[in-house]
Amino acid sequence: MSATATGAVSLEDVLHVAELANLALTAEELPLMARDLNAILGHIAELSELDTTGVAPMAQVSEVLGLTPATHGETLRRDEERPSVDRAAVMAEAPESDGRFFKVPKVIER
Amino acid sequence: MQAPYSELETLSLTAARDRVAAGTLSAAALAEQHYERIAAIDPAANDGINSYLALTKERALAQAAKVDADAKAGNPLGPLAGVPIGVKDVLAMRGAPATAGSKILQGYHPPYDATVVTKLEAAGAVLLGKLNCDEFAMGSSNENSAYGPVKNPRAMDRVPGGSSGGSAAAVAAGLCVASLGTDTGGSIRQPAAFCDVVGVLPTYGRVSRFGLIAFASSLDRVGPFTRSVADAATMLEVLSGADALDATSSAEPVAKYSAELAKPVAGLKIGVPEEYFGEGLDPEIRAAIEKSLDGLREAGCVIEKVSLPHTKYAVPTYYVIATAEASSNLSRFDGVRFGLRSEAAKTLSSMYRDSRDEGFGPEVKRRILLGTYALSAGYYDAYYRKAQQVRMLLAKDFLAAFAKVDAIVCPVTPTPPWKLGEKTADPMLMYLEDIYSVAASLAGICGMSVPCGHTAAGLPIGVQVLGAHFHEATMLRVGAAIESRQNGAGQ
Repeated sequence: MSATATGAVSLEDVLHVAELANLALTAEELPLMARDLNAILGHIAELSELDTTGVAPMAQVSEVLGLTPATHGETLRRDEERPSVDRAAVMAEAPESDGRFFKVPKVIER
Repeated sequence: MQAPYSELETLSLTAARDRVAAGTLSAAALAEQHYERIAAIDPAANDGINSYLALTKERALAQAAKVDADAKAGNPLGPLAGVPIGVKDVLAMRGAPATAGSKILQGYHPPYDATVVTKLEAAGAVLLGKLNCDEFAMGSSNENSAYGPVKNPRAMDRVPGGSSGGSAAAVAAGLCVASLGTDTGGSIRQPAAFCDVVGVLPTYGRVSRFGLIAFASSLDRVGPFTRSVADAATMLEVLSGADALDATSSAEPVAKYSAELAKPVAGLKIGVPEEYFGEGLDPEIRAAIEKSLDGLREAGCVIEKVSLPHTKYAVPTYYVIATAEASSNLSRFDGVRFGLRSEAAKTLSSMYRDSRDEGFGPEVKRRILLGTYALSAGYYDAYYRKAQQVRMLLAKDFLAAFAKVDAIVCPVTPTPPWKLGEKTADPMLMYLEDIYSVAASLAGICGMSVPCGHTAAGLPIGVQVLGAHFHEATMLRVGAAIESRQNGAGQ
């Protein structure tokens, strides 16, 4: 495995990001993830070769086609009531529910 | 392999529908034949292909009975009447499992149908079941499924490609006549190439995504796998069009793709991007693509060089944008509303963490971590914003090319299908396999993979045809021209 451009991601960084993402990593997983992230980020670092000054970021395909709400109208649906999926069918999928609400373990640890 | 109904391997969509319409074969019997074949060669327990994760037999046979009754009564039949079709497990079918290849959605039964499912059934299709895939459609070999890898029916020790590996393998093995897959960075085109079938990536917005379990929303698309370009045109005609339930679906009119196929390709300009024929391309694949280009030249197409200068940046750009969007989309899997919840947790925050830890596999975790990192404070501009800017440059490369040519022809993959387990140890090695597919995904243009021959070892090779936004008709015509030369060559 090639060395990364910066070797930037430490084990602490990986733990921090895992916490942001609500992921638990085992002691075995942690160094492997750090290794993989560094390898991938090393490859991604190639993007910095490109001068992108003044290039508009592209978030959606419509932007490159010039299909903006200003030229082609909004695609939002009309703000009106319409039927939705049956509540009982939705609640039946929950791991724990009283039929009206989702039940979860206690929120505040004491 | 001794398996019943081997003629199903080559049955075309048109032939299947015609027999059902003429009453020479009932839709019910056709569905039953497929289920018998599935039982014989698909179950993982018997070292089978492992393409189906769930069978929806009751629903399929009820639909088949309805089609048969309509055929008998002389009622008008849809363009897919009685045609057995499989659905990738990232798409919702009401009441059927939808795992997305993940443990975290074990036991989940969506309470609604995806729009594409509704459209297929309205056209008379008989939906046989849910097809295996890489977990949350993340992977290039189908080895990231929590339910075991799919085998390539053309070479059982090799991968079928991914992430729609089950969808490609089922069509190749005669376990459905056509199937639905999804493509975020190559997940339809690459498995189509690996399994010797046709796979179409429609233009972004062409086909509704309502009912698709999202991976990367600015990239995800739904498209068909079939055994011929003509069948793909029929499928695309049924699937395309605006949907009030998907605000990203386009109101652009849908062409009569199957009728468009009859138009000759003579005079069409075909672009060949030099960046797609560089170092790393397997020589046998290069030779097969060049043969396809010779065929197009003989059919009267004008072949010219085009340049897509930012191609080498497509893979890093893709892996920033796709993982960033995935980290956001996959935050909904938290053990509260559906799927798996860890039993051990005593508090809400540990319940989130433990459920996700137990439910997600290593590749999904890796991508969530990478995406979260790219979006985190201090790194957003350097990674995510930068990648969006390069995405614009990649998209403009294609706009400039399509100002000069009608379609682009290039390889789908740098290598033929590799052996199961061969590339699982190094994620970057696997990502680099996407080099010829991700740029079209980022640009939002349409593309397809068409079988164009085999290596000396007998492994399938696919050729990629790319079309400008909403120019599926032209792309399909070029694909059909390649296909007819290929069939004419009698390989």
